[in-house]
Amino acid sequence: MIELQDAAYGYGGGSLLSDINLRLAPGSFHFLTGPSGAGKTTFLKLCYADLHATSGRVTLFDQDTSEMSRDDVAQARQRMGVVHQDCEFLDHLPLSENIALPLTVAGRGGAEQDGNLSELMGWVGLSARADALPPELSGGERQRAALARAVITDPDVILADEPTGNIDWEMSLRLLQLLVELNRMGKTILIATHDLALIRAAKAQVSARVLRIAGGRLQLAGADL
Amino acid sequence: MSALSGLLDILKGDAQADRVVPRRGHSVRLTLFTSGAMAFLAVFALALSLASGRLADRWSEALARSSTIRISAPAAQMEAQIWAVLEVLEQTPGVASARALSEEEQRDLLEPWFGPDLPLEDLPVPRLVEVIETAEGYDPDGLRLRLAAEAPGAVLDDHTRWRRPLVRAAERLRSLGWISLALILGSVAAMVTLAAQSALAANVKVIRVLRLVGARDHYIARAFVRRFTLRALTGATVGTALGMIAIALLPSAQEEGGFLTGLGFAGLHWLWPLTVPILSAITAFWATRAAAFKTLRSLP
Ligand SMILES: Nc1ncnc2c1ncn2[C@@H]1O[C@H](COP(=O)(O)OP(=O)(O)O)[C@@H](O)[C@H]1O
Ligand SMILES: [Mg+2]
Repeated sequence: MIELQDAAYGYGGGSLLSDINLRLAPGSFHFLTGPSGAGKTTFLKLCYADLHATSGRVTLFDQDTSEMSRDDVAQARQRMGVVHQDCEFLDHLPLSENIALPLTVAGRGGAEQDGNLSELMGWVGLSARADALPPELSGGERQRAALARAVITDPDVILADEPTGNIDWEMSLRLLQLLVELNRMGKTILIATHDLALIRAAKAQVSARVLRIAGGRLQLAGADL
Repeated sequence: MSALSGLLDILKGDAQADRVVPRRGHSVRLTLFTSGAMAFLAVFALALSLASGRLADRWSEALARSSTIRISAPAAQMEAQIWAVLEVLEQTPGVASARALSEEEQRDLLEPWFGPDLPLEDLPVPRLVEVIETAEGYDPDGLRLRLAAEAPGAVLDDHTRWRRPLVRAAERLRSLGWISLALILGSVAAMVTLAAQSALAANVKVIRVLRLVGARDHYIARAFVRRFTLRALTGATVGTALGMIAIALLPSAQEEGGFLTGLGFAGLHWLWPLTVPILSAITAFWATRAAAFKTLRSLP
């Protein structure tokens, strides 16, 4: 599904990530932790081909990302759901259309989106905000909207970058519940977070592997979590 | 994607694809106004081309490389002078053929002025010799001198010759009209390219978000292309309509009217201006498409 082999990423002569080896098997559930600035966001960007490894290989749906055309990347992204850390939206479109945007650009708008959309907006607690424009939303609302947008296409893989950063504990658990359900339906999930309580809550429900980035390398976190 | 199927695609429309790019009033109005103004000008350039083309055709037909020699002589000398004239003409370089008009032909020519019962044989009516020249033409002054020597009653009438430079001018005017049309379309392309580039540059963030959610370049480009093609089509339609109205309101032309009153469209030529909005839309389509793909390639 997503595979990194000896992948490394550096900029300005320095190295941020090195010797990364990871295979996200279909249906697996991973957490990615590490201090702020460790490279979690960079790691996820390698996974959705927003950045290219400076050495080694990143494979996305059996394609080497360095050899993918822009159309290939677009097609791969249509099979993935990504919650970006900065949660960018189209500021001129109401929230409901923003959440449905991945369906729209994939030419799957209309009937398919209507049923899922209102149910999903209800789940993330944004039903009342359907007509609001993104700039009117709070940080937490944006993150919930970003998660809804990531899962609206029923993607094979979900990558989420700090999806609960600005969200209260109760709503965090609710979002986690959604991701756990999707994982039970066979989706592959990778969540970057430094919220250890969230990881513990998840581990009570699914068998999740916890990875940590330290010193630019990827390690399996101990049982202390 | 061929131009036509792409254009039809756009006209059929995918309103949702259009909405993903924010509407910015400023560039909408500029594109509308400019394509409208250009279409207005294009209608006049077209009218100029078609009218000067008509004029050139009419005048060069009238020329048809023919002139007349009029012979006035006492009845007794008439035959001799006609023969003398025909002989001179036979020896003149640049004359393709010459022929004396028969009395019946002359009667037909004069009938509109004098009525059907003209007793031609009793009147001192000059006889006419029709001269058809070759493409090179003859030297009228030389011919006149020789006619004066051989047939004192013969007068060369080449009054249509003065129109020759006018025909050339009309032909030149027609080419200038077509060149103006090409330049106008080129300006539409340049203007739309600039407007599209500025719209793309103003929407870098929108393009980034669209790409993150899996939009292909083709989809993003189409949103811009659709926007600009429709604007150019709308502006040009209004501009063309106003141009056609302005031309229809010109004082009407008489058959032999002067050049200015002849400026306009005749008959089926009224269909020509209808191509202006279509050409504007096709031009905008290609210009935006090129600008969009160029910008999208340059964005990481
Ligand atoms: N191309 C780059 N140029 C400059 N700095 C970069 C680049 N890529 C990443 N960084 C820096 O690397 C560090 C790691 O970033 P990030 O992946 O966002 O870490 P995390 O998400 O774990 O907080 C940050 O300090 C970021 O500014
Ligand atoms: Mg980060």
